[in-house]
Amino acid sequence: METFILLTITGLGLGAMYFLVASGLSLIYGLMGVLNFAHGAFLTIGAYATWWFAEQLEGSIGSPGLRFFIGAVLGLMAGAVVGAVVEVALIRPLYQRHIEQVLVTVGLSLALVALVQAIWGPTEQLYPVPEWLFDTTSVFGANVPNDRFVEIALAVVTLVGLLAFLRYTRYGLIIRAGVENRAMVTALGIDVRRAFTLVFALGGVAAALAGILSGVYFGSVDPERGTSLLIFAFIVVVIGGLGSIVGSAMAAVLVALTQQYVNFYASAGIGDLAVVLLLAVTLLVRPAGIAGRTVVAH
Amino acid sequence: MRTGLRLGVAAAVFALLAVVPYLSVETHGVFSSPLDSPGTLQLLGLMLVLGGVALSYDLLFGYTGLLSFGHALYFAVGVYIMAIATTHWDWALWQAFLFTSLVGLVLPFLLGSISLRVGGIAFAMVTLAFAEAGSVLVDKNPRAWTGGEEGVALAFDKLPESFVGVLNTKNLYWLALAYLVIVFVIVTWVVDSSPGRVWQAIRENERRVEVLGLQPFRFKLMVFVLASFLATGGGVVYVLLIGGATPQVTTPAFTLALLLMVVIGGAGTRWGAVLGGALYTFLDNRLLDWSDSAAVRKLPGVLETPLSEPLFVLGTLFILLVYFIPGGIAGVLTLRPRRGLRQIEASLRGQEAEPATAVDDGAEARA
Repeated sequence: METFILLTITGLGLGAMYFLVASGLSLIYGLMGVLNFAHGAFLTIGAYATWWFAEQLEGSIGSPGLRFFIGAVLGLMAGAVVGAVVEVALIRPLYQRHIEQVLVTVGLSLALVALVQAIWGPTEQLYPVPEWLFDTTSVFGANVPNDRFVEIALAVVTLVGLLAFLRYTRYGLIIRAGVENRAMVTALGIDVRRAFTLVFALGGVAAALAGILSGVYFGSVDPERGTSLLIFAFIVVVIGGLGSIVGSAMAAVLVALTQQYVNFYASAGIGDLAVVLLLAVTLLVRPAGIAGRTVVAH
Repeated sequence: MRTGLRLGVAAAVFALLAVVPYLSVETHGVFSSPLDSPGTLQLLGLMLVLGGVALSYDLLFGYTGLLSFGHALYFAVGVYIMAIATTHWDWALWQAFLFTSLVGLVLPFLLGSISLRVGGIAFAMVTLAFAEAGSVLVDKNPRAWTGGEEGVALAFDKLPESFVGVLNTKNLYWLALAYLVIVFVIVTWVVDSSPGRVWQAIRENERRVEVLGLQPFRFKLMVFVLASFLATGGGVVYVLLIGGATPQVTTPAFTLALLLMVVIGGAGTRWGAVLGGALYTFLDNRLLDWSDSAAVRKLPGVLETPLSEPLFVLGTLFILLVYFIPGGIAGVLTLRPRRGLRQIEASLRGQEAEPATAVDDGAEARA
């Protein structure tokens, strides 16, 4: 029973990262029709930026917790900046040419990961995580590492925040309307392109957050981190239904728990295959995914 | 008359390639050794094989408009099953070959039936997921068959004598050339046949094909199985040429490399795809040597660090190419530099408008 609880909470922690990556991908796709292959690179950059800033602060700030926190805030900002710059400089000039936009993000994903590898080397870097995150808390007899709760809490906050943003703000309204029918929004005289940059920046922040949390979860960061998480995020996006935030959240939990349980109860590695099988079954039964239609905020 | 001329040019080029092992020409650093040395012949053979594999991918992407991110999986099937069957199962070469061919037909049929239920971008993500499953399986090393990160070597005692040893590299080179010629002939023939015309119609406007009373799904599955089977054949030649299987051929990076090859050469053209595959393979192998050269090392650190990573150079070149010559090399040579990708664009939109996918973002308004 303790093992089961530990597995479940750990699975939810993993699901939190999948959701953070998938929500950005899904929103970008829903609004712009762009599959952002560079999303994994955003994640890697966010994770590395946090690590690098925290290292640089070592002389000036004594408390490792504060160092990590400041590093993480700067890492999130790096994610936002990279996302916005990529949209403005590379995606926008190819407006409405979806194939070329996808190809540019493919090239970018290869180039950025190679760049990170060239600068900081191919081997993993230890993550400067504050001690208390590695301590455990007892939940019904199971000793769960504290970082799992942080991951889950931040993902829930992001989910609620995103939904509130989409529902109650003017930009949220434009994004929702844009997902439904972009041509109509443009016809009404609203410049949707500003919303594009915003969505890319938001996606960059969410990806960077996922990267930082993955550094905490695995205790280290390496250049391939983004790519490996991105593939599972793709699976989550398809199972959840393209363009749906809530669908992504549900699918992230489903995928991560399946992966954890099967990896433990069957054999390590089989869980990853089980997730792909889950994808195949979803496509056979319900090709449009859990959320089915093009709704962002229910 | 034009067809006759084209056939003549193709035959001449292939004939020229066939005599390369007899040319003892100095390569002045383009290759690391003279043209007829085993090392150079092996790299040339690799370029020919991957030219053929890129052409098989072009059937999917360039001719039918299917953006697959999983083509490497079927290549890896050829590489791994040949290696495993000869070493771990102790099969004769022809048995291993027959079994590999069978898997090369059945697997894409099954996975194609599932992944073609969605179109456009979702299809891309699903094919990537299946390819990743293959990668995980190889990494997992079931029954120690795939050898995990180590890979698995081909059993040389199962090969005919003329394919073993450094001195026989030229025979492997000819095998690679034969593979490319076969793929080229099949693709030339098939894109002009009536299913081939339907594929190109699907690329232009899938809904119209449907309205005409044809079932796009069947035609898409047909091209998916054919392209995958040709890729499996490429994997078989590759493993003979390299002498073993490494997990590198199952990674997402390799899958993306195939896409890069086709776009570099020119999507939707035969010569373009072959050239792209050959050129990419050449650069991927030689950039590492060049980046180690004195010319690059003399550069300041800001330039030297990124230039030491071949993928950084290739990724950046690729982005520039998509911006400025989306028709690839073939587009430049035929003076239609903007044609290639624009054709496929229509298909991605057509598939998005399908009821099977989740998002219909105003396709009518754009049409």
